[in-house]
Amino acid sequence: MLYASLIAPFAEFEFMRRALVGSFALALGAGPVGVFLMLRRMSLMGDAMSHAILPGAAAGFLLSGLSLFAMTAGGLIAGLVVAVLAGLVARATELKEDASLAAFFLLSLAVGVVIVSMRGTNVDLLHFLFGSVLALDDATLVLIAAIASLSLVVLALIWRPLVLECVDPNFLRSVSRAGAPAHIAFLVLVVMNLVGGFHALGTLLAVGLMMLPATAARFWTRDITAMIAVAVALGIASGFAGLLLSFHAGLPAGPAIILTAGIFYVGSLAFGPVGGLARRLVPRRHLEA
Amino acid sequence: MTAQLHFHNLTLGYDRHPAVHHLDGTVPRGALMAVVGPNGAGKSTLFKGIVGALAPLAGRIDRCGLATRDIAYLPQAAELDRSFPINVYDLVAMGLWRRTGLFGGVGAKERDRIHHAIAAVGLTGFETRPIGSLSGGQMQRVLFARLLLQDARLIVLDEPFTAVDSRTAADLLDLVRRWHAESRTVVAALHDIELVRANFPNVLLLAREPVAWGAAAEVLTADNLAKARHMCEAFDEAAVECAA
Repeated sequence: MLYASLIAPFAEFEFMRRALVGSFALALGAGPVGVFLMLRRMSLMGDAMSHAILPGAAAGFLLSGLSLFAMTAGGLIAGLVVAVLAGLVARATELKEDASLAAFFLLSLAVGVVIVSMRGTNVDLLHFLFGSVLALDDATLVLIAAIASLSLVVLALIWRPLVLECVDPNFLRSVSRAGAPAHIAFLVLVVMNLVGGFHALGTLLAVGLMMLPATAARFWTRDITAMIAVAVALGIASGFAGLLLSFHAGLPAGPAIILTAGIFYVGSLAFGPVGGLARRLVPRRHLEA
Repeated sequence: MTAQLHFHNLTLGYDRHPAVHHLDGTVPRGALMAVVGPNGAGKSTLFKGIVGALAPLAGRIDRCGLATRDIAYLPQAAELDRSFPINVYDLVAMGLWRRTGLFGGVGAKERDRIHHAIAAVGLTGFETRPIGSLSGGQMQRVLFARLLLQDARLIVLDEPFTAVDSRTAADLLDLVRRWHAESRTVVAALHDIELVRANFPNVLLLAREPVAWGAAAEVLTADNLAKARHMCEAFDEAAVECAA
């Protein structure tokens, strides 16, 4: 019974195994990136960037059809251009980074939809927006796994400046020039993970696997390392449970994964030991000292 | 007397409006100097200039060979994200950046220094506390512990004792004296005139223009203080270009 509902779908169908591996790799790379986005108060930036990569991927699609390389390269380029332009405008003018990012991603998104509609059909557009986690081929899997590995290595390398830039940016500026390069490397990681997620989950949902486990992790611990571990674990659990949900209930796989991650988030919000609602509603007696 | 800082006809400000106007003078190496003046007198602006965070509108600052990393700077309201999940120990350890850099390990010797710094500010036992749970005074102690580890030759403190109680201020003042005894140069913005009189040999009284600069007893006269109070705070939008 347990085997039939939990293991059998993956044992019997290769596409389910591929989807599982793909979502695990995504959770591994996107989870830590999401935690840092949240701690830097840039949670919505992931959403904006996920829209920004659309025109690049669409341009790649327009040039060479559903080619993995062209769409990945296009998405990366578009995402980086928007991130860098937004950063430059924020530094050169009175506009704050969120406002300039909003302007550029809207522009980017409009261009993207126009490009898709110039050649593609509505089916193509759906692929862009919602991905196809049940149709991951070898090349896409390798790409997602490579992005996850690279993310972990780069995060390890820029860990100190990244943490310090979140806590005390002025102090970092006074002791080191690593702040700006670390920030740029981090933006590259955000874009890369979104592009990876875009192949599996589509632009609209890619950011879900990045931000939902991260925000849920905030309710479980006050330590950043543990927070990242929790985020990754929740992301992996969402991939597993979401695929099963989609298999048994006949739901689209991508949204089912994000829905599961959302349920984990609501559960953490309600019952998490660090500032969860249940703890607030039922306060325990105060301590002696 | 060797100099640590030279101000040459220094004017610092924002949008061409001066906040520090035509400052000339020298801070000797190993000085213990207070900068005193009303709100809006340009104290923080001067400090931003000293640490290189603000470029002069005119004139220049000669740091006498100090690199940015030889200067430790405690801003007035440290723009610190207190909600970030980091504990006291890790935040203090950041003071060792010069030694460890991006990848350098924290060995037994470094751990020892970190514990000593935390003990020196009286926070032993707080190592694993998240910074979000600290009081204002405890946070200031943590920042002083980090300054201790920075091992800087010039230490710039912008109103370090504002909003801390007298016991914390006394403890932190002990550290300032210790830095002075180690012949580091300390420049601090302060509002407590009695505290300045009792502890700071060298005083700059600033009210956008320098009012007086020298020995505490000569600078902190009733006359000078009244003069500093009466200098206007607001920028004049219709100001013409300064001829000097």
